[in-house]
Amino acid sequence: MVDPESGLSLTIARIVQRLQGSSLHSQLERQARVSLHKPEIKLESLKEDIKDFLKTSGWEKKLQNAVYSELNVFPSPCHPAAPPEHMKEPLAYMRKAQGSWEKRILKSLNSMCTELSIPLAQKRPVGEQKELLNKWNEMGTDEPDLSLFRPVYAPKDFLEVLMNLRNPNYENGEQPSFRNHLGLIQVPLKVKDIPELKEDFSELGLNIGQLGIDDSAQVPPEFFENEHVRVGQKVLAEQDSAAAQQYVRQGCPTALRADLWALILNISNQPEDILYYEQLKSNVIQHDLLVDSLIYKDVKLTASNDDYYFVFEDYLYQVLLCFSRDTSVLEHFTYSSATPPKSYIRGKLGIEEYAVFYPPNGVIPFHGFSMYVAPLCFLYHEPSKLYQIFREMYVRFFFRLHSISSHPSGIVSLCLLFETLLQTHLPQLFYHLREIGAQPLRISFKWMVRAFSGYLATDQLLLLWDRILGYNSLEILAVLAAAVFAFRAVNLMEVTSLAAAEAVLADLSTLKVMPLLQIFLFATVT
Amino acid sequence: PCTLLQPCLRRGDTGGRCGCRCGRPDPVRARCPQLQEIVFRNFYTAFLSVRVQRAGAEGSRKWVTCLRDYRLMPSPHTEEGSQDYFSLFRHQMLCDVDQVTAVRFILRQPSPVWLHFTIEELQIYPPSQKVTGCWWFAPPPQCGEGDLRQELPDPEKVSTEVQQMWVLTEVIRARQAAARIGRFDVDGCYDINLLSYT
Repeated sequence: MVDPESGLSLTIARIVQRLQGSSLHSQLERQARVSLHKPEIKLESLKEDIKDFLKTSGWEKKLQNAVYSELNVFPSPCHPAAPPEHMKEPLAYMRKAQGSWEKRILKSLNSMCTELSIPLAQKRPVGEQKELLNKWNEMGTDEPDLSLFRPVYAPKDFLEVLMNLRNPNYENGEQPSFRNHLGLIQVPLKVKDIPELKEDFSELGLNIGQLGIDDSAQVPPEFFENEHVRVGQKVLAEQDSAAAQQYVRQGCPTALRADLWALILNISNQPEDILYYEQLKSNVIQHDLLVDSLIYKDVKLTASNDDYYFVFEDYLYQVLLCFSRDTSVLEHFTYSSATPPKSYIRGKLGIEEYAVFYPPNGVIPFHGFSMYVAPLCFLYHEPSKLYQIFREMYVRFFFRLHSISSHPSGIVSLCLLFETLLQTHLPQLFYHLREIGAQPLRISFKWMVRAFSGYLATDQLLLLWDRILGYNSLEILAVLAAAVFAFRAVNLMEVTSLAAAEAVLADLSTLKVMPLLQIFLFATVT
Repeated sequence: PCTLLQPCLRRGDTGGRCGCRCGRPDPVRARCPQLQEIVFRNFYTAFLSVRVQRAGAEGSRKWVTCLRDYRLMPSPHTEEGSQDYFSLFRHQMLCDVDQVTAVRFILRQPSPVWLHFTIEELQIYPPSQKVTGCWWFAPPPQCGEGDLRQELPDPEKVSTEVQQMWVLTEVIRARQAAARIGRFDVDGCYDINLLSYT
């Protein structure tokens, strides 16, 4: 806890420091210098005139958006006495659990290397480099034998870890008592109840227009839709990230979504960004990594088998391979509970100058990882822009879905929120499923870990992700998971086994997200 | 020079797990008669009260409460705030904290779900010292020229503002080239066999 004033100063200092090194800073400087030749810039009022110029020429807005983006991504500063790991995760036992989970992943990856006797990384021979460059746009046609590779872990393995998570300072008696949770998650995190969620998600209320709902009785839906599109165009014309974020809470019109998301995430795909992407690409060409095979395998197992996404297979390889080489992703580890795996250049074990992160971005993909990219392929066709959007989505949101932390958007909190909502509002259903050995979280966990990607129809998924961006929070995932159970409650009350319950909830592709969320949050008598 | 004795914590009368504990580090022995800031890391304490013993007239000593039930955990049954770092500043205190001869901390935890509660890494700073990393937020030294103050803007305010501006420029000056280079290899080599466990 820092007092608000010094907290603000710390935040300002941090943002100034970060922007100082950005290309925006040099652009602003250049613009200011160029403006000196303009007649309206007077020497006697130089500072004010340049400020006015930057304001009217739209550069001030760009700066505002950059600041807003920093505020959205980085957590508010920690107490000055707190060590850096406290910013990653304030609870010591959570840090420890994440550490041992990472160790398990490392062991699994190392044993795969040893078993298959292949190195983690090596330089590609020149011939191979040329070959890869030639088929860069059709990597999906390649059918390498990956039968020996296995995903490092799947959501199911991760759930087992979360179930065993305990606070050593909490009374975890063997005997069931009021202190034990009835669900699978046993850590005492604070999660929101329905009244709090109603307030947070007030724009989803019954009397507020939503895209994704077309049942209004008297007023034709076009009324709202046309007006909403008009406002959306205005928001885009203003180029204001904050306004865009507020706007998407009511959903994005399909035609404007790509631009609005890019505006919220502050991605502009400048020439230097395209250059950066090309550099990542050349890094992929030069180095052959073991994680590439894991990525191949994952795309083949998930997106290539998906009716909606199989067409994007080539895009997925390009984005994910470049992602694994992107060292700028390492920055998110300052506020993530995870730590990037470390290694040494061959033959230099233990020498710090030769220590490197592996993979270069520090993120080891797991079964289903490619589904974070797949839906974005519907919105962006240019690989470099698609790439930047995905990277920003990852460092803002998705990393929280596969690391152990106490953050309200972290997967542990989402699981607990889901279980608490279900238990409070459908106690009979919860009890029934628990009794027949079908703990609800066992079914919903995979939905949440993948942010519902691959489970919902794509138009519905994008409407859901609109709200993730709009509220800068993943909590909506847990609410939707609970709402799906509520929607299928009658059928679920009749099942007598986990398999039968899974069968009832196997196909979510016909569900309409917004009505489910609205009914669960606002139309259920509590 | 204000290092503290280890707080000696006593279990409260309630016995059990919830209840109240006291700790009394001794600032006299640490020669720290004035309090500017108290810094500590919480460990599952929900409310904190602080009492100080001040030297009064004719050598009398009196205990006064300078902080009453300060909330450290917004919801005592759940984790929020349970392991956070806190600073308590002089201006938050209910009374003067000069000429302090002893300090007593009273910790309260109404929730019975926690096995243990305490505060850790306790540090008390006199006005001249600041917490590392936060040095620029300490108020500026007092300006002695009382008469000038009527003509001039509040020097404390100006000084804080100037300090903040100065900090910003310092931060910027200290900044290394931040352009993304994006190199992950060492001298062109990124040949790796296995991951390191340490």
